[in-house]
Amino acid sequence: MVKPVLLPTDVAFLSSLLLVGLYFWAVRRDLLMRERWRTVLATPTGGAAALILCLYVAVAGLDCLRVEINGETKSLLDYLVSPLREHVETTYSAPFAAYGYAREVIPGASGAARQDYPRLRYGARHLAQPSRQMHADVLRRGMAGAGLGLLFLGGLLALVNRLRGRPLAGMFTPLTESTWRLQWLTAASICLALGWVICLAPYYHVLGTDKVGNDVLYLTLKSIRTGLVLGVVSSFITLPLAVIFGIPAGYFGGWIDDLVQYLYTTFSSVPGVLLIASAALSLDLLLQQHASAFPSLLARADMKLLALCLVLGLTGWTGLCRLLRADVMKLRVAEFVTAARALGTPPLKILLQHLLPNTFHLILITTVLDFSGLVLAEAVLTYVDIGVDPSMESWGNMINGARLELAREPAVWWSLLAAFCGMLGLVLAANLFADAMRDAFDPKLRGATSPSSS
Amino acid sequence: MTYLIRRILYAVPILLGVNVITFVLFFVVNSPDNMARMHLGQRYVTEQAIENWKHVHGYDLPRLWNPEAAGTGHVTRTIFYQNSVRLFMLDFGRSDGGRDIGFDIRQRMVPSLSIAVPVLIIELFLSVAFGLAVALLRGSYLDRWITLLCVAGMSISSLFFIIAGQYLVARVWRLAPISGYAGGLESVKFLVLPVFVQVISGLGANVRWNRTVFLEEVSRDYVRTAWAKGLTESGVLSRHILRNALLPLLTTIVVTLPGLFLGSLITESFFAIPGLGSYTIDAIQSQDFAIVRAMVFLGSLLYIVGLMLTDISYAWADPRVRLAET
Amino acid sequence: MLIVLSAGQAYGALTEPWNAPYPLGARGSSVLFSTFQERPKHLDPASSYSENEALFTGQVYEPPLQYHFLKRPYTLAPLTAEAVPSPVYLDAQGRMLPADAPDQDIKRAVYRLKIRPGIRFAPHPAFARDAAGRARYHTLTRAEIDHFGALENFPYTGTRELTAADYVYEIARLAHPHLHSPILGVMGRYILGLDVLAKRLRSEDFAEDAYLDLRQFELPGARVIDRYTFEITLAEKYPQFVFWLAMSFFAPVPWEADAFYAQPGMAAHNLSLDWHPVGTGPYRLRENNPNRRMVLVRNPDFHDERYPSEGEASDAARGFLKRAGARLPFIDEVDFMLEREEIPEWNKFLQGYYDSSGVAPDGFDQAIRFNVDGQPELTPVMAARHIVLNVATQPSISYLGFNMLDSVVGGESARARLLRQAIAVAVDIEEMISIFGNGRGVPAQGPLPPGIFGHREGAAGINPVVYEWKDGRAQRRPLTQAQALLREAGYPAGVDPTTGHPLVLYFDATTTGPDMKSLFNWYRKQFAKLGIELVIRTTDYNRFQDKMKKGQAQIFSWGWNADYPDPENFLFLLYGPHSKVSTDGENATNYANPAFDALFRQMRSLPDGAVRQAVIDRLLTLVRYDCPWIWGFHPQAYSLQHAWVGNAKPNTMARNGLKYRSIDPTLRVAQQREWNQPVTRVLLWAGGFAVAGLIPALVGQYRRRRATAL
Repeated sequence: MVKPVLLPTDVAFLSSLLLVGLYFWAVRRDLLMRERWRTVLATPTGGAAALILCLYVAVAGLDCLRVEINGETKSLLDYLVSPLREHVETTYSAPFAAYGYAREVIPGASGAARQDYPRLRYGARHLAQPSRQMHADVLRRGMAGAGLGLLFLGGLLALVNRLRGRPLAGMFTPLTESTWRLQWLTAASICLALGWVICLAPYYHVLGTDKVGNDVLYLTLKSIRTGLVLGVVSSFITLPLAVIFGIPAGYFGGWIDDLVQYLYTTFSSVPGVLLIASAALSLDLLLQQHASAFPSLLARADMKLLALCLVLGLTGWTGLCRLLRADVMKLRVAEFVTAARALGTPPLKILLQHLLPNTFHLILITTVLDFSGLVLAEAVLTYVDIGVDPSMESWGNMINGARLELAREPAVWWSLLAAFCGMLGLVLAANLFADAMRDAFDPKLRGATSPSSS
Repeated sequence: MTYLIRRILYAVPILLGVNVITFVLFFVVNSPDNMARMHLGQRYVTEQAIENWKHVHGYDLPRLWNPEAAGTGHVTRTIFYQNSVRLFMLDFGRSDGGRDIGFDIRQRMVPSLSIAVPVLIIELFLSVAFGLAVALLRGSYLDRWITLLCVAGMSISSLFFIIAGQYLVARVWRLAPISGYAGGLESVKFLVLPVFVQVISGLGANVRWNRTVFLEEVSRDYVRTAWAKGLTESGVLSRHILRNALLPLLTTIVVTLPGLFLGSLITESFFAIPGLGSYTIDAIQSQDFAIVRAMVFLGSLLYIVGLMLTDISYAWADPRVRLAET
Repeated sequence: MLIVLSAGQAYGALTEPWNAPYPLGARGSSVLFSTFQERPKHLDPASSYSENEALFTGQVYEPPLQYHFLKRPYTLAPLTAEAVPSPVYLDAQGRMLPADAPDQDIKRAVYRLKIRPGIRFAPHPAFARDAAGRARYHTLTRAEIDHFGALENFPYTGTRELTAADYVYEIARLAHPHLHSPILGVMGRYILGLDVLAKRLRSEDFAEDAYLDLRQFELPGARVIDRYTFEITLAEKYPQFVFWLAMSFFAPVPWEADAFYAQPGMAAHNLSLDWHPVGTGPYRLRENNPNRRMVLVRNPDFHDERYPSEGEASDAARGFLKRAGARLPFIDEVDFMLEREEIPEWNKFLQGYYDSSGVAPDGFDQAIRFNVDGQPELTPVMAARHIVLNVATQPSISYLGFNMLDSVVGGESARARLLRQAIAVAVDIEEMISIFGNGRGVPAQGPLPPGIFGHREGAAGINPVVYEWKDGRAQRRPLTQAQALLREAGYPAGVDPTTGHPLVLYFDATTTGPDMKSLFNWYRKQFAKLGIELVIRTTDYNRFQDKMKKGQAQIFSWGWNADYPDPENFLFLLYGPHSKVSTDGENATNYANPAFDALFRQMRSLPDGAVRQAVIDRLLTLVRYDCPWIWGFHPQAYSLQHAWVGNAKPNTMARNGLKYRSIDPTLRVAQQREWNQPVTRVLLWAGGFAVAGLIPALVGQYRRRRATAL
């Protein structure tokens, strides 16, 4: 009874990744492009951001490959981190706690019940006397984790040096070389963090547990997929629309331009959140009316996520479209285009062969920037009740729940912190990467996008 | 002048398009029957009551095309026509819940503005000050750190700022009310926290934007000449850089001005500010189509006004720009 | 930023805690602070039906009767009427019949109500008259209305004595097509001529806002006898009608108010009875800003009403009789603030700024825990603040219904009945209450909640199909018995013999809500205990209603909230002629059992007493055996009060409880001060950091300048 399962968003996300891969494969021979991408990676922040983004994409990718075993659908990520997934407590517990968050009635040995903090089912279970042993144990396991991390790092460095043909003796020089230092430091911290998690997470709830006792670290990891899918898939829906409308409008002008201008002015004049909200509500209603088409909650939640991507994509194309139109209007009078026109090249060919490649950097940079906006938007939309399904793990849902948790006494801060860090990591990396790309591809464009007021 | 008239006329088809979009979004899946049930509640609801509700609220007409009516009635005796045309006269009519929408909008505009205006002013002041400081210190470690901080600030969800702000300022330190609003001078107390939070959450993006604007000016020839002439720092700053950077600054602000009326959806509903933002959210959640339509219409109208104002301000700030060309 | 922060705070700093959401003056006076979550849609007594509207209409309007504040079980008491009326029954010829005459002979039931003289409406411009006695504001031009704009701007107000005609006028308003009165369907059946009037008014083509003087229409079912007396005539016997007379649908509305608000131009200022009620109650609505707050203030013309001097045995000990005989109301003003979000509301309650609060599901374990005996009590944090917990079982039931028209679970066959019984035993309602309701609920033994006549406590009251009495308490029968029942029904271990596969049943539900997922899973688990596979079919609300109406659902969850505290209001949910499918009634399961229906008709007209109890016992035995519902639970409402609030006895029927409430403002101010000391040193720290942050910038600038100077 083992069969692979692919949900619609998995397909969309994986094929988006494939497209990105195809792009790099296509430009691998292009010297200029290679040089530019090298510059991006050589920028300290850009390189570090790229590493972090790769980590996120890897986690999300693993989470997209699912198998159904005996009626239960799980992703590869679920299997990789199964201790996290299975260590479910009854309710809240703080990071590294051995005891529950709230007092409970505990039946005593002599039959008399008393009220006390219950021992956790899984957190620090291996310790007989947590209060005395915990510090030493955490320290010991932490050291082991650090060792493991360093081992990873060493292996990685050895591999790179081997490829470069450098002697093994100077293995750690990349860490001290100024050009790639930040990149290597980032890699080192990722390795260390991984080592720690591997050594500590099976024994403790590193980031605590949530209201129904799920490990917050697990939820954070699962949320990565939701955030990335939303950002990536929406962007890939936006792209063709913006390109199809923007480039011809700029090139042909005339009534086509008027029409496109009319379209995007109309769309962008509707207040963004309102447009998204009403579209999402309508789609949601549509889903509800055809609820029987989705047998499981997973499929339903996934459909809702896809619908949200669709809505965000369909409402988000105007910005890029406007930029493309303006850019193409400038390029239209450039020499290589006028020359092509004079030679009688058909317009479609001009669009595809001359204009599209020359506006590609613009598309890339805007897309990465929009991507970070989309990830942030998820949290806001979830708050307005039009975001992802409440049953789906997402940073928005975690932040939303955190409001209640902070109102408790004592406050439950760990979910909020985890969601905050998870989100900040992704969005900051995307923003820094976009910056580095901008510097490498088009220095003129610095700050061409005005601060968004959302 | 003719330009203005043309722009105004141009706005009409856009508004019409906006109306069609909202109409389609709301009515494609949401039938008037659904709305009637939603508003009448659950108990003792009869078919008669639903019919009656639809009739009174004008939802018993066909949606876009009335085959039964005569002549222009084909178009005019429809839900779409009946509900859209009045909007162009700024007559918003009654909400499905029975209140006069124009009245509510007028009432709720004040709280929205009393948050948005202070935010705009403080934000502008701070971001220009920081942007200028960073531009002057360009290339230094301070510049790099502040820029990084700005990007980090941009990367944090505004929700986080709100939640953390409410938790720390209002609950732990007890410095301001958690949420609420009062009229008049009383309101200062309630506005401090939301304004503070909004300013902070917008600061990153704005400082970065201003920094690029100023950097562009700093690297211009005339500034170098001014330096070379031995003008003082403050002299160059105020007389040259600030004045020339005014144009891009102005245009970014002007385009946001009309939007201030609409308020901020999230901030308002978190802090229970009875402004237009929370009005809209409530309407979406209770599916009050009349209000949503009115707010969308108002929003797009203000957006178009903003675009026009931008053009005009361009011309005003830089006489070389002639309106007809844009 | 800091400057603004401190400047803003300096203004209030001298007098009060910085985080107070309203000024000190109000906190120190006799003002109750409360909240409302959703803006009320209708405050017009003819259309208002929901709980959040009753919060206001209950205080402003006075129907002829009310529920006694303290007595339990709930008892009707006169409010504006002299006495609780008893009906006079007439036959087709108009002859008087004895009370125990057969139902079918009774063609008219006449209720004569005499109201007390001297009751006056709260001041309102609609009553203002000039020297010549003409209404000042009934013929305003649009410009004049625009000039006044709001009710408080009208320089003159007036008042008038309450008369019987005002009650009759309101009954006619129920038929008004624009008011969409939710009870027109029900009352049209009973009140003589009401549906004829409704039909006639619907056909009448008049503009939406035009004034329709309902006094000119004939309504045989409601007639004025003299200035203080009126008569309501029903077309059939309906003993429970008297309870309706305690609801705001039958509160008096002066015709002047309608005439005033119907003037063209009023609606554009939101001046209508829906927003600005005109009543005789203890309070009047001074400010109605549904966007922010609603303010009730004492009605200066309120008639003399006294705090009750008798109640339940325990009332004296709980301090509910301290103010016996004192004139009502005690509080001058009630401020309702709009709080759409639970969290800020809860925080403000904890800070002492709201006087009472419900217990939010998410704040539950923070406020309440179950002690060793399983009884709810406040957590130490709450107890340290002298907060008081009130628990009240609501007169409502939440249940799972089987569609009796369904071919598998429905019908009278033994097979279906045993299946239903097996499921009823297997679905562990106690677990459901503890998981999904924080333990806030009482497992139901039948349709009747505690506090309703006919409900029995203890061993006599259990549902023997599902429970057995052991160790002094009702215990759910073990799963093995459910499995035995299922085997008997012909589904051994849940396997459907016709297919050879597990029996598949369908649960129809509406979606949304984050808790739904786990609830659905829980349902599945319960059915899986019997080997039955439960498929959840979710749709949107409207489709679901449609399915119910067409009888296409199989198993569903449903609930009922009492309109009035009479067993009839629950048992009628199982009365055959009220079937959802055939008559669009409230019998959602379409249960129809002639024996039950006959007994029901008998029970309906009996007065409370031993005879009625016996009939109810038989009714309950029937439905428990037939098992059209999994009886579910009766939810409990938990509410919290600060120590300074008095007379907050929960009364789940009465909506006019605010007039009995009292507060101690001095204690309130003291506690608020103590709990809300601002942590000002944070501001100093922040200021310090800002200055410290400036230093590197200044240093950098200094270096640069030196560099350029060189």
